[in-house]
Amino acid sequence: MTDMTLERPVATIRHPDLSEKRLKRRYAAELRFKLYGILALAIAGGMLALLLVSIVSKGYTAFWRTEITLNVHLDPAELDPANLATANYQALIRSSLLTLLPEVESRGDRRALSELVSGDAAIELQRLVQADPSLIGQTIEFTAATSDDVDMLEKGYISRDAAEGDRQLSDRQIAWFDQLSEQGIIGTALNTPFLTSGDSREPELAGIWGAVVGSFYTMMVTLLLAFPLAVATAIYLEEFATRNRWTDIIEVNINNLAAVPSIVFGLLGLAIFLGFFGLPRSAPLVGGMVLALIVLPTIIIATRAALKAVPPSIREAAYGIGASRMQVVFHHVLPLAMPGILTGTIIGMAHALGETAPLLMIGMVAFIVDIPAGPLDAATALPVQIFMWSDIPERGFVEKTSAAIMVLLAFLVIMNAVAIMLRRHFERRW
Amino acid sequence: MQTLIVLAALLVLTFAGFHLGRRRAVSTVGGRPSRLHSLPSYHGLYVALWCGIPALALFAIWSIAEPHILDSIVVSELPAAQAELGDAQLGLLLNDIRNLASGDATGAAADPAMIAAAERLRSLREIAGAGLLVAALSAAVAGLAFGRRRIARAFRARNAVERIVTIVMIVCATISILTTIGIVMSLLFESIRFFEQVPITEFLFGLQWSPQTAMREDQIGSSGAFGAVPLITGTLLITVIAMLVAVPVGLLSAIYMADYATPRVRAVAKPVLEILAGIPTVVYGFFAALTIAPALREAGASIGLDVASESALAAGAVMGIMIIPFISSLSDDVMNAVPQTLRDGSFALGATKSETIRQVVVPAALPGIVGGVLLAISRAIGETMIVVMAAGLSANLTGNPLEAVSTITVQIKTLLVGDQEFDSAKTLSAFALGLLLFVITLCLNVVALRVVRKYREKYD
Repeated sequence: MTDMTLERPVATIRHPDLSEKRLKRRYAAELRFKLYGILALAIAGGMLALLLVSIVSKGYTAFWRTEITLNVHLDPAELDPANLATANYQALIRSSLLTLLPEVESRGDRRALSELVSGDAAIELQRLVQADPSLIGQTIEFTAATSDDVDMLEKGYISRDAAEGDRQLSDRQIAWFDQLSEQGIIGTALNTPFLTSGDSREPELAGIWGAVVGSFYTMMVTLLLAFPLAVATAIYLEEFATRNRWTDIIEVNINNLAAVPSIVFGLLGLAIFLGFFGLPRSAPLVGGMVLALIVLPTIIIATRAALKAVPPSIREAAYGIGASRMQVVFHHVLPLAMPGILTGTIIGMAHALGETAPLLMIGMVAFIVDIPAGPLDAATALPVQIFMWSDIPERGFVEKTSAAIMVLLAFLVIMNAVAIMLRRHFERRW
Repeated sequence: MQTLIVLAALLVLTFAGFHLGRRRAVSTVGGRPSRLHSLPSYHGLYVALWCGIPALALFAIWSIAEPHILDSIVVSELPAAQAELGDAQLGLLLNDIRNLASGDATGAAADPAMIAAAERLRSLREIAGAGLLVAALSAAVAGLAFGRRRIARAFRARNAVERIVTIVMIVCATISILTTIGIVMSLLFESIRFFEQVPITEFLFGLQWSPQTAMREDQIGSSGAFGAVPLITGTLLITVIAMLVAVPVGLLSAIYMADYATPRVRAVAKPVLEILAGIPTVVYGFFAALTIAPALREAGASIGLDVASESALAAGAVMGIMIIPFISSLSDDVMNAVPQTLRDGSFALGATKSETIRQVVVPAALPGIVGGVLLAISRAIGETMIVVMAAGLSANLTGNPLEAVSTITVQIKTLLVGDQEFDSAKTLSAFALGLLLFVITLCLNVVALRVVRKYREKYD
């Protein structure tokens, strides 16, 4: 080696360093690089796992609730059959509790005791009696929800070791709860009200059905508007439009709309749909219109891709038997592209279902107890409900929020699964 | 209800039009459709379109215009004293009148003039409703008769229908343009009203943001401060944190998935990234506020750092996680577009896989990756729910990621939710912020799309 370099003093050729040491270093770098990749994927996967675990672990308990079964004596002295609406049902429940815990005497204690049962129990009892007045005078077995604090205690979210002032329940209340538990009248049951009722200020009564229905109407409006508009636009741009300045503008415009922040669409809805057209606030109709504008680019892009994937031979065959351009597209190309279009639409709709910010702008964030009956009623939507509950500091709502997220994710999983199935089932290789 | 009746009637008429047109077409040629220029169903469609479209257009225009016209009639008939009120008060008054007319009285003792106005509005509404029914139906019938009369043996019904369908499609394609115009107009008009009250220089360069206008006129600081700089820096701080998380993780996972992963790893990793992309932002916000922020706070406390419970770090980190799949799928696309010959050349020179990727593939794909990162930045700037739930409300001018900062989107949401009045500087400032957001993201998108396109042209 040294001789060679001496013979050629102008060392223009760089000899690669082929020593073991350098090779080792290069292989080490290779390994490191690969590890970085694994690390990156592990971070992404780990975060997903952490997210799902943290939500499920916080939320799964919301699908159960703590109930108390009482023997309520429907005292005829309290219940006037002519005036059932104004009777003091609270007192009936309280006296039934007192028969179980006779040592509770002072007024304050009695109030503290009745705080163990949900405020809704009296209304529930009233409904029962009004439905069947013949019950008056009897002693009935009545199952009611406990208050959310008791529910939290039963589920282990309230620490018994905490100082009395730091927890929602006093020492006495916990002692009573334990006594009642020993009597075997406190149990857990499936929390059907969570899935079937509307929103409430009380965590033990709050349900998501109102939000689900609101989301449903919103999605229907979105689908009815976005799907025809997007498919028509895509067909026009892909099959009919000649390339000129106008279609260029439309195309650039669609690409830009796809990247406009969703909250800006909310501002558009607020200023134009509510401000200019005077449509009702908080209505799924307006929410659906805004979301339709948001998903429009997504569906257009998916539809164009699906139309492009139909091979020219299909078109040529149709032309060959004398079809017009319109007939080629609507009788042959569009049906063949439909599975791809539907897949794109479902994915766009799943995206719209999780969209929150624009709905906040148009007022779908109100506290609404009633289940909306149509797309013009004031309503909220599932993601907005999640947002509203997440703002409430009460412990009971943390559980409810997580459970609502689980429901939302379940809907998204179903929609995506349908999209994947569609793709698998109808995908054609030409 | 009435709307539904009108729509149902129109639908029935349209169907009737189709069958009438078809029958007529067949009967003009004595029951031998092959003598027609177009298939009978095209004749039917032609009549149906003439029947449905003009009537529906009339219906839509009427529905939009009706409330405005009725309002102006009612206002013009109000007593002089009330008619001279300012715009805002007039709006409130009109609202009361509308409520009265709809029957859900607010319980406030309404004065006779208002009750009279409400009565007038109600009767006007009835007249308008009946007028709409008559007008829409007569338009439909007229269209039907016109279309039906044109049917003849040689009438080119197919061509006519196809022309109408083309026009409908062009109108649909125009909606996207209208959307953009709508966005620009709504943001611009409200922003101009805002800049009449607050100078634009103060908005763009002011260092203090506190939009709270006081309840009383004489209160100190009643005007509020509208300097957007703290919001811009807050947004940028969170965006930078998000990018620091998302770019390396997203890029490296894309590289690993493309060049190293076995099919089995890919079968697991790809859905993981897709799920990350599909999770709604409100869920990420909840995760940031309830899991990441407290964890960071505790971790900070254990090493003696004071981390705010609404720190920029928590919001930014979670936003970064949200953006990982975005970066990885975009960079996957652009790296796949790098021609295989470049890789083969590099391998032939003896380069290892990682050397090929670092020194050949990534530099060749760099413009595309940069474009993707720009798109991701624009997304991070416009992201709302994560920052609303996990970042702070008070606009601090700071670069410290452990402190709470506020962003443009947080302020828009805070200013507009639950607020109905449209003329205070406070609510109008939200539109100015929206305009700022729109302009920033639009510029980023245009630049990014241009970068990506330019790069693609090189290899295609």
